[in-house]
Amino acid sequence: MPTRPFDDTAPSAVELERRAYRRRQTTRSVAVSLVSTIVFAALIWLTVVNTPGFERVRQSFFDLDVAIAAWPRVIEGLWVNIQVLAVAVVGVALLGTLLAVLRTLRGPVFFPLRALAAAYTDLFRGLPLIIVLFLVGFGVPGLELFPRNSAQFWGTIALILTYSAYVSEVFRAGIEAVHPSQRLAARSLGLSHGQTMRIVVLPQAVRKVTPALMNDFVAMQKDVGLISVLGVVDAVRAAQIETAQNFNFTPYVLAGLLFVLLALPMIRLTDWYTARLRAREQIGSIV
Amino acid sequence: MTGGAREAAAGIRPASTDAVLRLQGVRKSFGATPVLRGIDLEVREHEVVALIGASGSGKSTLLRCVTLLEGLDDGQIFLRGDDISDPRVDADRVRARMGVVFQQFNLFPHIRVLDNVTLAARRVLREPRASAEARALELLDRVGLADKAREYPDRLSGGQQQRVAIVRAVATSPEVLLLDEITSALDPELVGEVLDLVRELAAEGTTIVMATHEMAFARDVADRVVFLDGGVVLEQGPAAQLFAAPREERTRAFLARYRGA
Ligand SMILES: Nc1ncnc2c1ncn2[C@@H]1O[C@H](COP(=O)(O)OP(=O)(O)OP(=O)(O)O)[C@@H](O)[C@H]1O
Ligand SMILES: [Mg+2]
Repeated sequence: MPTRPFDDTAPSAVELERRAYRRRQTTRSVAVSLVSTIVFAALIWLTVVNTPGFERVRQSFFDLDVAIAAWPRVIEGLWVNIQVLAVAVVGVALLGTLLAVLRTLRGPVFFPLRALAAAYTDLFRGLPLIIVLFLVGFGVPGLELFPRNSAQFWGTIALILTYSAYVSEVFRAGIEAVHPSQRLAARSLGLSHGQTMRIVVLPQAVRKVTPALMNDFVAMQKDVGLISVLGVVDAVRAAQIETAQNFNFTPYVLAGLLFVLLALPMIRLTDWYTARLRAREQIGSIV
Repeated sequence: MTGGAREAAAGIRPASTDAVLRLQGVRKSFGATPVLRGIDLEVREHEVVALIGASGSGKSTLLRCVTLLEGLDDGQIFLRGDDISDPRVDADRVRARMGVVFQQFNLFPHIRVLDNVTLAARRVLREPRASAEARALELLDRVGLADKAREYPDRLSGGQQQRVAIVRAVATSPEVLLLDEITSALDPELVGEVLDLVRELAAEGTTIVMATHEMAFARDVADRVVFLDGGVVLEQGPAAQLFAAPREERTRAFLARYRGA
């Protein structure tokens, strides 16, 4: 092939050769990863299948008929989980923001509020969720102070109490990461303390901590399953009932898979958003 | 840019004094370190006052006290005769009557340029969005930034950002514009465009108090230069006089460091 004359539209011979090389490299690496994945999967599969107890485990954990039989009940339970999750997310957003804002208040007047918020976050970040669930789910109704509410209601409350503590800490870090000049600039425009928080500080804080918040959301998505300990017939509880009826653990596997499917979109979204945020920061954006 | 309409809106009557801003014996310490040790200063309508002084002499502190972002230890500050250092005054109301631009991080990065400019009018003065935006666009157009109105601030150069910050500060027709070293974070080639805007505002009669290290600009634009040293106003006078023939030895020494620079 004759070498082309150098001009600014056609790529040079050197560049063409480089491109061809890169193409060959790409094809090769795709082929290599494909082959190695297949080999790896086959090895694992053969190892597991040839274990002495495999047939027994397959029957009691991966029985398709049992899965199909359990499906309606487990799905119905999952719907309960989703409802609880939806309410809890709103509750956590509100209480978490409130706690974070309380902790950033300055001035001696606010000392009691600040201290209370700090004590709250310390307490609920330390307490295991399952203990909060038992205490709130069985303890609070026992006070007979509130109208009788369902276990689902108290389970939701317990989730909100625990996760608000985490989320408020994340928020607080975000609020403190907003440059102090931004606050001064807002105040010097005549915005009140509340307006400064609402219009200037919180929106920037939320942007900074969105990936962390999304991670907390993913964690909460699966912890909703714990409300089953209060007797709420959610996906986990439904699976437990089905398991007890058939002496077969497949419903648990089914419920687990459904939880994973529920979480996947959010997990992917978190990865995508985090990558985008990093890219923006690298081109010099502030937010 | 008439102050009259705004005063009427805020229900404040101009007092019978021609000083827009008056500081009387203003003191401020941080812990055991006194920064301002009795500042007396008067700024008249349409006057441009440059605050100069060594780094750490308290120029920023002084401006922050005026905007009530910092409380006073003693003394009084009057804005058109109203004692704004009185703890009973509504500080947010007072701040809305001034325009402030800092060294950097003035603009809010999460809202567009136009929203930055109209924020105070909409949220503090409760002006309808349409009229606030119309005026903001006019102002942005004047400084050649109308095409950036829908952009986010991080898409603008540092000089453009500072010009927007100035536009935002004057958008509500403040009684006094306070500028704190607005060009010191900029690359040298961007300083000119920002100072040109200040020069224009000064020519239009805006009352300005600016802390600055740009001596040439201060000499050129300021009606009066105020030299802060040791927590007091050591010397002040018309720009030409103070630069050409400073009376105090310390002023001379300070200015000598800028000669030739
Ligand atoms: N929030 C604060 N807490 C403690 N000390 C402070 C605070 N703000 C300012 N100071 C101190 O007050 C003094 C005056 O600071 P200021 O920022 O007013 O100086 P400046 O004249 O603006 O200096 P520059 O020209 O470098 O901007 C400095 O010694 C500074 O360390
Ligand atoms: Mg300063």
